[in-house]
Amino acid sequence: MGEKMDAQLKVEDLHVGFKQKKSSVNILNGVSFQVYKGETLCIVGESGCGKSLTSLSIMGLLPKQGEVQGGKIEFEGENLVQKNMKQMSRLRGNDLSMIFQEPMTSLNPVHTVGKQVAEVVRTHRQVGKKEAYSRALEMFELVGIPSPAERLHNYPHELSGGMRQRVMIAMALACNPKLLIADEPTTALDVTIQAQILELLNDIKAERQMSIMMITHDLGVVSEVADRVLVMYAGEVIECANNRQLFNNPQHPYTQGLIASIPKLKEEKDELPIIEGSVPSPEKMPKGCRFSTRCPFAKQECLTDSPPLQEAEEHTVRCWMHTDRWEEMTPWKGVDEDGREATEQDLIRS
Amino acid sequence: MISFLLRRTGLMIVILFLVSVIVFALVNVLPGDPALLILGQEATDESLRALRAEMGLDQPLVVQYFVWVGDLLQGDFGQSFRNNTEVSSLLIQKIPVTLQLTVMSFAVAILIAIPAGIISATRKGTLWDSSATVFALSGVSLPPFWLGILLIFIFAVTLGWFPPSGYVSLTENVGLSLWYMLLPAVALGVRLSAELTRMLRSSLLEVLESDFIRTGYAKGLLEKSVVFGHALRNSIIPVITVSGLQFATFLGGTVITEEIFNIPGLGQLLVQSILTRDFPVVQGAVMFMAFAVIFINFTIDIVYSILDPRIKLTGGSN
Repeated sequence: MGEKMDAQLKVEDLHVGFKQKKSSVNILNGVSFQVYKGETLCIVGESGCGKSLTSLSIMGLLPKQGEVQGGKIEFEGENLVQKNMKQMSRLRGNDLSMIFQEPMTSLNPVHTVGKQVAEVVRTHRQVGKKEAYSRALEMFELVGIPSPAERLHNYPHELSGGMRQRVMIAMALACNPKLLIADEPTTALDVTIQAQILELLNDIKAERQMSIMMITHDLGVVSEVADRVLVMYAGEVIECANNRQLFNNPQHPYTQGLIASIPKLKEEKDELPIIEGSVPSPEKMPKGCRFSTRCPFAKQECLTDSPPLQEAEEHTVRCWMHTDRWEEMTPWKGVDEDGREATEQDLIRS
Repeated sequence: MISFLLRRTGLMIVILFLVSVIVFALVNVLPGDPALLILGQEATDESLRALRAEMGLDQPLVVQYFVWVGDLLQGDFGQSFRNNTEVSSLLIQKIPVTLQLTVMSFAVAILIAIPAGIISATRKGTLWDSSATVFALSGVSLPPFWLGILLIFIFAVTLGWFPPSGYVSLTENVGLSLWYMLLPAVALGVRLSAELTRMLRSSLLEVLESDFIRTGYAKGLLEKSVVFGHALRNSIIPVITVSGLQFATFLGGTVITEEIFNIPGLGQLLVQSILTRDFPVVQGAVMFMAFAVIFINFTIDIVYSILDPRIKLTGGSN
């Protein structure tokens, strides 16, 4: 469905890393994707795969040691990477909004929630205090906060987690953003509240023609809200497809593993399938395919050659399996070309 | 709020009672006979006994205590043994002097500490930060009396910009009064400002890591609005706590600075009274200080609850 629409956000070959004392560590290695107008794109992946770092890069909110080392982030035709602090702050909270994982701590405890929502409006619109508050009230009604007029004067600690996340959403939506980035917006909430918040986001998106980029590691959430899904692994995009395609016909071994590990009610199994091993650390990235160290199908060349991202059956996928080269590749022997047994050192890019 | 006030008032009475008992006991176990001090070594037993009877010193201690407290409650702090002036009028004379010194040194401290703390926290690791750290460390290590002498030497003796010592009351001449008090206020304030700078820096650094600070930036606020609108108020509480404690200490204990700059304040009065066994004055001054400490703590609790709505003033125990 995405192909016919215009891209609201275009991320191209994004490299992000952390400065260290002398060197720097690369975390995001050439991430590219688009968010189309009016769609929900879900980014999924394990902790540490770089999904949150991607969203913080877009917002320009990378931690102090973080730096964009290359690539482009195009929003409304402008490259955000080149914008300075002041230019970014004009976008943030305005056309580009974000809600965070921790509703309990994301609000300032010493100001009323009404004031905090009104503050966004006053920052981006030339309005007085009164108008800003009436806008905040409007937003509270929109996000379904009961008795909104009274809640305006509450402090964050007087509200429940679900209510606080609604306040965060009200704050993020107050200036009618074109793109909302939601970084695990429901992770900290209990399941019933989770469903309410997701439904709310879906409704608002439909009503306002807004794009949503949602970061999550919860595949249940993905299947409920996503139009398209982007799977990340160790700082790379490894698969991208629309929601149905991805769940019914996953192409990348990692995605297959992820989907296989969702518990199903109908089947009775003693053990859930798991993906063996863990994500390699940034200093010990494999030279070739980053998933090769854990991949059950890996061939010899997978360890040394990086697979390209390419189209396969309505998917974009980064795996040698879906290339012509796959048939010619040497089956996994656990040894290198000279017949020596491959040590861990050989497999790590220098 | 009302139950808080009631509870605090009750507590205040209990504390003041205990303080009065302790002060009274301490003063009475001190060696030295006021009658002997007043009359001198050559006094006859007869005249000593007569004076003791006149001063009520021949009564049992319990009786002496209740007489003293009874008078206190009526605002009568007794009379100084030394020169027969009312203790209350002595206190009324001295308290404004020390209060002025305290307030001015706080003004100096806060004027330095707030900007320095903010700059060193928001520019962590830069030259600004290091300079503030060096200032804070040297400020904490400099004893106020040494700094006081140094200030007198540079600004009063060498440059002649300020008077080297003395005091002019505010009611007499406001400008001159501030002028005289400035050097001692700096001598006391620098050390305090150094402490407060470090405190504000560390507390601000911690707050700046909070999620709601990131929310502030995500809203599109600039650094200035984030720091002043969101971070400062959350990080000021430890600073207020230390300030409060120090304020109370200053009210009673700027003895050395008062001595160096020859300021006729409460500290000077207290030291002289102790040295001359002038019990009524010592008792009166200590009671005032105890009251001041309690009152300041009370004020700080109210300030907390204004700054942070999560802090509720309740009647119950914590």
